[in-house]
Amino acid sequence: MIISVASGKGGTGKTTAATSLAAVLGQKAQLIDCDVEEPNCHILMNPVLTMQKPVSLPVPKVDMSKCTLCEKCGQVCQFSAILVIGKEVLTFPEMCHGCGGCSLLCPEGAITEDEREIGVIETGMAGDVEFVHGKLRVGEAMSPPLIRAVKSMINPDRIAILDAPPGASCPVINTVVGSDAIIMVTEPTPFGLHDLRIAIDAVKELGIPLGVVINRADIGDDDVRNYCHTAGIPILMEIPHLRAIAEGYSRGRLLVESAPEYKERFIELFNMVGAMSKGTGASEVSSHA
Amino acid sequence: MREIVIISGKGGTGKTSLTACFAMLAENKVLADCDVDAPDLHLLVAPRVRHEEDFSGGVTASIDLEKCVECGLCREKCRYGAISEDFVVKDYACEGCGVCFHVCPENAVSLTEGINGKWFISDTRYGPMVHAALYPGRENSGKLVALVRNQAKVLARKMSLGLVLVDGAPGVGCPVISSVTGADHVVIVTEPTLSGLHDMERALGLVKSFRIPCSIVINKYDINEDVSDRIETKSREESAPVLGRIPYDERLIHAMVHGRPLLDENRNSPAAKAIRDIWNRLQEAVKETA
Repeated sequence: MIISVASGKGGTGKTTAATSLAAVLGQKAQLIDCDVEEPNCHILMNPVLTMQKPVSLPVPKVDMSKCTLCEKCGQVCQFSAILVIGKEVLTFPEMCHGCGGCSLLCPEGAITEDEREIGVIETGMAGDVEFVHGKLRVGEAMSPPLIRAVKSMINPDRIAILDAPPGASCPVINTVVGSDAIIMVTEPTPFGLHDLRIAIDAVKELGIPLGVVINRADIGDDDVRNYCHTAGIPILMEIPHLRAIAEGYSRGRLLVESAPEYKERFIELFNMVGAMSKGTGASEVSSHA
Repeated sequence: MREIVIISGKGGTGKTSLTACFAMLAENKVLADCDVDAPDLHLLVAPRVRHEEDFSGGVTASIDLEKCVECGLCREKCRYGAISEDFVVKDYACEGCGVCFHVCPENAVSLTEGINGKWFISDTRYGPMVHAALYPGRENSGKLVALVRNQAKVLARKMSLGLVLVDGAPGVGCPVISSVTGADHVVIVTEPTLSGLHDMERALGLVKSFRIPCSIVINKYDINEDVSDRIETKSREESAPVLGRIPYDERLIHAMVHGRPLLDENRNSPAAKAIRDIWNRLQEAVKETA
């Protein structure tokens, strides 16, 4: 079973929810941090990382002894990553999406592929929880290929919890596609509501069941609740704004450590998400697990 | 003309709330909301849209099933898994690279300019603003960010305004890179949590790699003063001055609910005073590094 935790607006408590959910599921869980631009799960989980591997994107390499300057590569490339200028072929690896079009379509077979490292994947254990995250190289624009590589580490024998990046564009879609359920974490403020609606719109066409967790539930106003009721979206859990949770988070403590009474609530959350998902054989977890 | 960009690394640190306050304090400026994925600045500045245009930014493929002979070449060559078993292009997965179009022996694939969003020029309570909405789940937010920034500069030039104030995106990827390249000054808004510190370091690394002058604001500094001190030490090491610390203030949320910047809701709270001091120091910092 794969559960994505997403948010629209950043800083609403997505990572807080994902890490506590993984922690209460213990040896049943695998936590996968797909927020490769700013991964934070490791700060709360303190995993022992035992494996690191680079992730690369294929980029073109031109053999000028074969090139006839026909300009096919430049015409094919949609991303302006390869251009014929004078008697030279210029490549712009940071613009390249790695589609392979230029090497595939070069009539002279003059283009092969080189590797450009865009980031790393690290794996290990955080207590009983299997841990995976990706770290995008700073200065690298393209996160989706790294997200897809991170997701290739999903262990089908565990409940995979995916911490998604904020926003509602391609990195989020790349994370949540293939999930059995989505938990959207929001806060009851105008920003929280606005970005929640965008995020829900973005994932709608994937047809994945989703529910909402309202964090800092006692601030702001009632508009998020009203929206969920009207749109028929279940509110799975509300977490109040507690100084102990905020302070614990600032020091890198899990919510279920700062407020242990929430352990049961997170198990309940998992069971609700399991019931909500398409029935992929997820078994109930008892609160004594 | 100067361009100041406000980013955060970590989301939810108060970037947009602070930008809205700067919008009140700054004179002769154009606002630009470059968080095109999840834009929120408009919720605090009451824009009236004066001009609206479609944003394309890329192509998507579609397959004519009448012509398709189901040879499977397109699916084999597509590196994004965007073509389904029954030869329908999954819009959300299509990168718009056009490989399927070129390899199809039956000419069954066409590429069309997709409309990926809209961009706007608006009048706000605090001056003109250029902003945008990327359609949910769409690609090319970096291109849309570049477009918004360019349009804001064009507008500033036309109206003889000396400053473009940009609300950036969270993270360090495509839309952030597109927000900061070539800017005159970047402000990173962070919070005193270990995540805030970690994400600020990555954002700082990005901004420094472009050699753009940069300064730091610590929001909600009193949540954890130890981590606030660590942020300050780190900033000093990286020669990015801390412009100030803003105390946690629930009035910021009340202001948001009322659709106003904090400074408009309450001019004299400790947070409001801190923000005014930060704005003054930012102007000095921008002058010094210009």
